[in-house]
Amino acid sequence: MKIIATRRIAQVFFLILFFWFCWVTTLGERWWQLGGWPVNWLLQLDPLVGMATLLATRTLYAGLLWGLVTIVLTLVLGRFFCGWICPFGTMQQALGYLSLRKKTLSEKIKANRYRTGQKVKYGLLAFLLAAAAADLVPHFLRLSVGRPAGFFLLAAAAGVIVFGFSRIGAVQSRTGLLAGFFLVAGFSAAAFFPDADPWIYAASLQAGFFDPIPLAHRGVNLTLMPLVRGELPGAAAEIRGYVGAWLIGLFFWGGLLLCLWIPRFYCRTICPLGALFGLLGRGALWRIGKQEAKCRSCLRCESHCEGACRPSGAIRTAECVLCLNCLDRCRTGNIGYRIEPSAAGEVRSCDLSRRAFGAALVAGLASVPVLRLSGHTSANWPAGLVRPPGALDEDRFLRRCIKCGQCMRICPTNIIQPAIGQAGLEGIWTPVLNFRIGSSGCQLNCVACGHVCPTAAIRGLSLDEKLGRGAFQDRGPVKMGTAFVDQGRCLPWAMDRPCIVCQENCPVSPKAILVDAVFRPVEGGLTVKRSGERFVDVDLSAAALDRPYGSGDYFCLQEDGPGRRIVSVDAGRVAMISEDSWDSPPAPGDAVTIAIRLQQPRVDPARCIGCGICEHECPVQGRRAIYVTAENESRAPAHALLVG
Amino acid sequence: MTERGVISRRDFLRRSARIGVSAVAGAGVAGLCFDPAGPAPKTADSAAIRSFDFSIPAETPQIAVVRGPDRKETLRLALEALGGIEQFVAPGDRVLLKVNAAFSSPAMLGATSHPELVFEAARHCFAAGARSVTVADNPINDPSACFTLTGIADAAQKAGAVVMLPRPQRFDRISIPEGRLILNWPVFSAPLNGADKVIGLAPVKDHHRSGASMSLKNWYGLLGGRRNLFHQNIHGIIRELSILVRPTLVVLDGTVSMIANGPTGGSMSDLKQTDTLIVSTDPVAADVLGARLLGLSPAALPFIGEAAAAGAGIADVDRLNIKELKL
Repeated sequence: MKIIATRRIAQVFFLILFFWFCWVTTLGERWWQLGGWPVNWLLQLDPLVGMATLLATRTLYAGLLWGLVTIVLTLVLGRFFCGWICPFGTMQQALGYLSLRKKTLSEKIKANRYRTGQKVKYGLLAFLLAAAAADLVPHFLRLSVGRPAGFFLLAAAAGVIVFGFSRIGAVQSRTGLLAGFFLVAGFSAAAFFPDADPWIYAASLQAGFFDPIPLAHRGVNLTLMPLVRGELPGAAAEIRGYVGAWLIGLFFWGGLLLCLWIPRFYCRTICPLGALFGLLGRGALWRIGKQEAKCRSCLRCESHCEGACRPSGAIRTAECVLCLNCLDRCRTGNIGYRIEPSAAGEVRSCDLSRRAFGAALVAGLASVPVLRLSGHTSANWPAGLVRPPGALDEDRFLRRCIKCGQCMRICPTNIIQPAIGQAGLEGIWTPVLNFRIGSSGCQLNCVACGHVCPTAAIRGLSLDEKLGRGAFQDRGPVKMGTAFVDQGRCLPWAMDRPCIVCQENCPVSPKAILVDAVFRPVEGGLTVKRSGERFVDVDLSAAALDRPYGSGDYFCLQEDGPGRRIVSVDAGRVAMISEDSWDSPPAPGDAVTIAIRLQQPRVDPARCIGCGICEHECPVQGRRAIYVTAENESRAPAHALLVG
Repeated sequence: MTERGVISRRDFLRRSARIGVSAVAGAGVAGLCFDPAGPAPKTADSAAIRSFDFSIPAETPQIAVVRGPDRKETLRLALEALGGIEQFVAPGDRVLLKVNAAFSSPAMLGATSHPELVFEAARHCFAAGARSVTVADNPINDPSACFTLTGIADAAQKAGAVVMLPRPQRFDRISIPEGRLILNWPVFSAPLNGADKVIGLAPVKDHHRSGASMSLKNWYGLLGGRRNLFHQNIHGIIRELSILVRPTLVVLDGTVSMIANGPTGGSMSDLKQTDTLIVSTDPVAADVLGARLLGLSPAALPFIGEAAAAGAGIADVDRLNIKELKL
């Protein structure tokens, strides 16, 4: 079997695995559901997820350790992940193949030539990692304050890092070094500046926006899977909607379709994961290369070159995705995957100038404080940003969420939605609860989102912790927010109509929605003509005929006295049931009032968990008369609504 | 460049070593940072349990009430009656004047400590040999605007005192002993930490939520965070504030009292000339006396009874020896 057949088998295997994992990310224990499948495995293998969260949080969460395996294999083998595993790469390769199928050899060679635009991905990688590491230097500086040894160690480490960075790039210039110096100096000053407000110094994880593994999960989870419904095992009964799915689809499908223009356009030009692999794999033990520098120069090796790495000449090692097509196409067997460097030479630089690299780095570092000036993680926190149960506080959340959409896929009620503007620009496509679009609110006994989150941006809660039972009794249930009644829109409050759907559906026990009964006069000053123990005869207005006085919600009230429930009205005779008490029935000539008994809902903020079931069920559908905002959410003690 | 791709043994070893070192470094960092349990929820960090006691031990509270319209003279007389400022401020002391600078309104509207009184108090402290006098508050309106527009900043500067603005890093999270409200709450602690003596300077004001804002309520200005949540239990928080801070002295200014539309006022018609200045080592007793200027009995102000029960002072002023003077 030829080596490229092996590669194709691997690609198809991982592509199917990817779709399978997306498919089974639904709640349940059957074999076609979540039960036991390692649905995050591809995300965990992605070392950019691990590396970026490590920079942002200084920790490496559980399964993300898999990224280390990928890194070590890449150090030894080169960019095998891109050519053999990445499902987004495989999809692009298939599309690219189709688009080039009918083209001539020279056209294929032209499509797969190296383009200088391919360096863009390295700049993007620097930008994203810098944003993730934006508060790393101040963090360590703060740690080292008061410990001279620590400070000098840190200064030395910073020097080594800056020197290391300055060696990346081809242009002989000191710009990178200078940029690094000013960077470190600037942040040192910021860390020591006594009046620096810490809230703008933070880290922001934006790698998931461009990283192809989260991107593919997001694209498939939110724009493909929701369309499938019906009788297939695991298919949703109804189409699952996702707010702003068009934009997610534009990036995913658009990213794919670009390879009709240039093969593997995303991999070659944009992919920050590919850039990371390129940098890691430049010094790999084995690499593609020519055994003899001289050959017939037929360039067949470049006709299907996926990485556009120019295997016919001095090969750009960092661009090679190990598709091995060159090896397969060479008719003289001159190309091999060997320990020896190519006889035609190697270009190990990634072609990005130090100046551009430095600019990307500084832009990434500076982007976070500038973004945070909006105050969305501090005083100006958005009330509409209701996060899933177990979500970390916003600052830590934005250090972890990779926008992969796994929580949105698993949520059984479809209420976890990609944020568009609610969480600010940096929070785009992070999960936010929307109680209108789904099939209910957050289910009391469900903790799926936290357990599927690959980076613990949403903590995996136990049911005990979510409900505040057992060991978590003292802490109480996890609150996502608090419901508020809009008295101007609520039927019993504003429109004299009985309702309390919200109260009935409140899943908290005892209920977090209380009702106060009030009697609202509908017709007053009715003079009693005749009366008995269980009836009065009065002249009702014509309008009264439209009202269902006999429905059980209406009462006949004595003048500032108690009332009785009306059971029927017939030709001016109001009949009542006798179980309610009044001392003596109204006498002829007395005035009585017909009133409706309304139960007006109000929320007990101490009990409300913000699950949003009330908001989902509220019959005032346009803008709900009861709605949840993030007030009192457990994840942010500063958003507390109640004291003592 | 050679015609044939070759690699020397040395290059091969070097390359292998580089890969090995990189892999080990990567594994090392990953191992050091490995966190299988994941992040913990954000809970209130356990704050230091503490309170600030600047009172001078004495058998009975010392209180002077001086009637008169001139703050400079009434303060001088009151301090004299208590044996002079030297009884309270020792040479070398660092004194904190906790003023009420809550609102950015001019001194004549009586919503804030009067600048003349701030100046005179600071001057007396320096006369007693104080090393430094700090004037501090965490106002409701914009802090620097408050200190400027009330005239307190100018008065402090003229007397040689320093205004300390409530910058974020000047707060510490504090719980008071057995507190139920001041639990892990940001407290404007820097001025307290840097003081040997604390003098509270508060005006007598109507306050719609608590009934009256005087020397006990003045400590509200040491709280940070979303402190107006405590309006859910206003008397409870004033009680806890009376535990948080035990002052050396309070100066309760009833020269002009705000009798309506408190605590902001805003009109001269909200004020009443009451010509009284109270200087006391006991903030509870001072507030009982101040309440009289507003026509309120202690029963109408539950925080007085609660603070007294918490040991902050004595509410039964009739059994105290109060030095009453008139200009």
